[in-house]
Amino acid sequence: MKMDMSQYLDIFLEESKEHLGNLNQKLLDLEKNSGDMSALNEIFRAAHTLKGMSSTMGFEDLADLTHHMEDVLVDFKEGVLQVDPISTDAIFKCFDRIQTIIEQIETGGNGEIDNSDLIYILQSIKSGTTNSLNTEMINCEVVDDSVSDVLTENAEPTFQFSDYDLTVLREANTRGFKVLNLRIEVAPDSLMKSVRAFMVFKAIEEDSEIIKSNPSAQELEEGKFDNYFDILIISKTDSQSIIKRLESISEIKVQSLTEIQVESLTVAREPVKTEAASISEADNLVGNKKVGKIKQTVRVDIDRLDSLMNLVGELVMHKGRLEQIGATEKITELNETIEQIDRISGDLQSVVMKVRMVPIEQVFNRFPRMVRDLSKDLNKEIDFLMEGKETELDRTVIDEIGDPLIHLLRNAIDHGIELPSERVKSGKPAKGTLMLRARHEGNNVYIEVEDDGAGINPERIIQKAVDKGLIGEREAEGFSREEAIELLFAPGFSTADQVTDVSGRGVGLDVVKNKIEALNGEINVDSKLGTGTKFKIKLPLTLAIIQALMISVRNEIYAIPLSSVDETTIITEADIKMVQNQEVIMLRGNVLPLYRLGKLLEVPDEAANDDMYVVVVRRADKQIGLVVDSLIGQQEIVIKSLGKLLAGVPGIAGAIVAGDGNVRLILDIATLF
Amino acid sequence: MEKAIVTDNEQTIFANEEFQVVAFKLGQEEYAVEILYVQDINRLLNITRIPRSDRHIEGVINLRGNIIPIVNLHTKFNLQASGNDEDKRIIVFQYDELKVGILVDEVSEVLKIKKDEVEPTSKVYGSIEAEHIKGIAKFEGRLLILLDLLKIFE
Repeated sequence: MKMDMSQYLDIFLEESKEHLGNLNQKLLDLEKNSGDMSALNEIFRAAHTLKGMSSTMGFEDLADLTHHMEDVLVDFKEGVLQVDPISTDAIFKCFDRIQTIIEQIETGGNGEIDNSDLIYILQSIKSGTTNSLNTEMINCEVVDDSVSDVLTENAEPTFQFSDYDLTVLREANTRGFKVLNLRIEVAPDSLMKSVRAFMVFKAIEEDSEIIKSNPSAQELEEGKFDNYFDILIISKTDSQSIIKRLESISEIKVQSLTEIQVESLTVAREPVKTEAASISEADNLVGNKKVGKIKQTVRVDIDRLDSLMNLVGELVMHKGRLEQIGATEKITELNETIEQIDRISGDLQSVVMKVRMVPIEQVFNRFPRMVRDLSKDLNKEIDFLMEGKETELDRTVIDEIGDPLIHLLRNAIDHGIELPSERVKSGKPAKGTLMLRARHEGNNVYIEVEDDGAGINPERIIQKAVDKGLIGEREAEGFSREEAIELLFAPGFSTADQVTDVSGRGVGLDVVKNKIEALNGEINVDSKLGTGTKFKIKLPLTLAIIQALMISVRNEIYAIPLSSVDETTIITEADIKMVQNQEVIMLRGNVLPLYRLGKLLEVPDEAANDDMYVVVVRRADKQIGLVVDSLIGQQEIVIKSLGKLLAGVPGIAGAIVAGDGNVRLILDIATLF
Repeated sequence: MEKAIVTDNEQTIFANEEFQVVAFKLGQEEYAVEILYVQDINRLLNITRIPRSDRHIEGVINLRGNIIPIVNLHTKFNLQASGNDEDKRIIVFQYDELKVGILVDEVSEVLKIKKDEVEPTSKVYGSIEAEHIKGIAKFEGRLLILLDLLKIFE
């Protein structure tokens, strides 16, 4: 019977990804500290769950790979094998493969991938013959045939005997049968391993009897074995003729044949049980530690959360309408009720917002692995530190922020942090430090990527920009340090002298900047030549509901996100001065450039009043004054998208439905000018 | 015997099969769109202008909490507006994810048109390009231009 598992596929994919993230994270911990038993236990548990899940879902290749991985992990746990760089690398490779399989399944594939290369490596690790496997082999994933000879040389016979087995063997021995232990090797490229094994069994059973096999006969039948298997037989035939008979089967080689002295055998102490016990013990250990933390959770489709958010948005909107009525009607009872509704809808809104919040950990967790691989590739030594993983952000922001961060980290590793030799030369520790920080501040989240590398050289940037024709040579002379650094974000700019495949392909920081700005965020750079660079990203907590300042120009009303507003002030026409054809005012001793919103937005008619309001907005680090006719007030607004047809209209970030049912537009300060 | 014809979406339908259209006026000419995509027909609501958008974007309206962009086909195809403001309507269409409205001078009626009374067209009718037209439908001596709105909104 085959059950339809497709309905569980989403859950499977999501959970697999979670486990995979966890695996990568813990293996990194283990790599740093090979004695970290809790990390090892965690890896083991995650791998085990992954195996169970994938075989339930019928992804046999995935299950098989994780099974072999688990085998090696068990040996690590029991101290049979030492955690060394080669095996960690191999297991990282397995994680990558699992990722590939999961991605393949996600895009509608069946998850069938040939993993024999990795399984082979895992088996070599398990049998302790990794010295013949070099890192290169693991990296290029090519299996060398010569290794297989070495593979089993020092492997011990793996049989364990029960009382019953021993009785049988003793009995056979007294009747003049020899007890022989054979290790049979099947050619690694054999397509029908199980058939070969069956033929071996047939050949032996002609005149001898098979007592035991490892793996079990059933597993052999299903082909679930590596390239060799052990069998224990009783026979009167001499060893040479047995070997000869067996080796006449194609793809079969007898690796070893030893006669066993029955007297020397002892009963093994229920090995299976102890293993199981040690696992559950470990489970308990980890379990105990976590008991206090475990919370019940429900997985919810993000669409449902979105529609819940929409409904809350509508509620907030109508609450606003009620407030307007309450203000004009002045009925005490009505106003009291409105106050209650205000409080409840406020709570409801913050709960819904919280539901949509996820810790940034989700994004951060994949970075240590990436940094590790990249620094290895580039021969750089990097200490990667992360702070504030628990910082929560709206789901929509989380989904978008990953790529820009990867870009910045890659940049820091590739261009920022120098090679160890260069670092030592300039008096820095050979190991560079890369910091990734996240923290809350008011209604914003700040993410910083900081390295202690070479820093940005403004002169080189200017030179490069001139070479690329982004700015004129004369223009370049007047550039300040800040302006030069700003050039980094210009489209088509890349400073790497050499184009590496890591970064520096010309698509660069402008893409990062665009993405951050699309999220209503900002990005700044702070760099000191020789001591390092810091990228600082500021993001809003959520994209759905924001505080806005409502303003009017002629008879049109617009919303300006409060996060971009610094202050407001009243001026008269007489306050406006002209500097280089630009209208400005003096605001507390500073020159503030003025833009008339009516002109920017091509609003018909002229302003009638002499009094004007100036909304001081901030774009990146600059302040700009927006001239408007009147200020309406501060309001909580629910952002709605303008849809596909109107996407990308400059200066407009979205729309809201006002209390009177009319649509008002939200200004996008970043693209307004 | 019924003659089978093949439509754009490669479905075989029989020639005398009927389909429903909403007929409306833009300027002096009569147009029609398949009723399947029509979500709503409304009196003129308050349209909010979108600064800096394309010339043929009239603005956006609030339709039961949804923001719907309104396209002005008059400007797009250089047609003269006609009729009274009283008669003007907004027809809102929905194609999968895309919701969009158009301004029309008058909504005439809902008609049943036979498939074999639709003539494919390769000529240019007035200022509307042939690729925006699915065909010309004949209905009791009237000629209706069947618009391919999806192509127009692209």
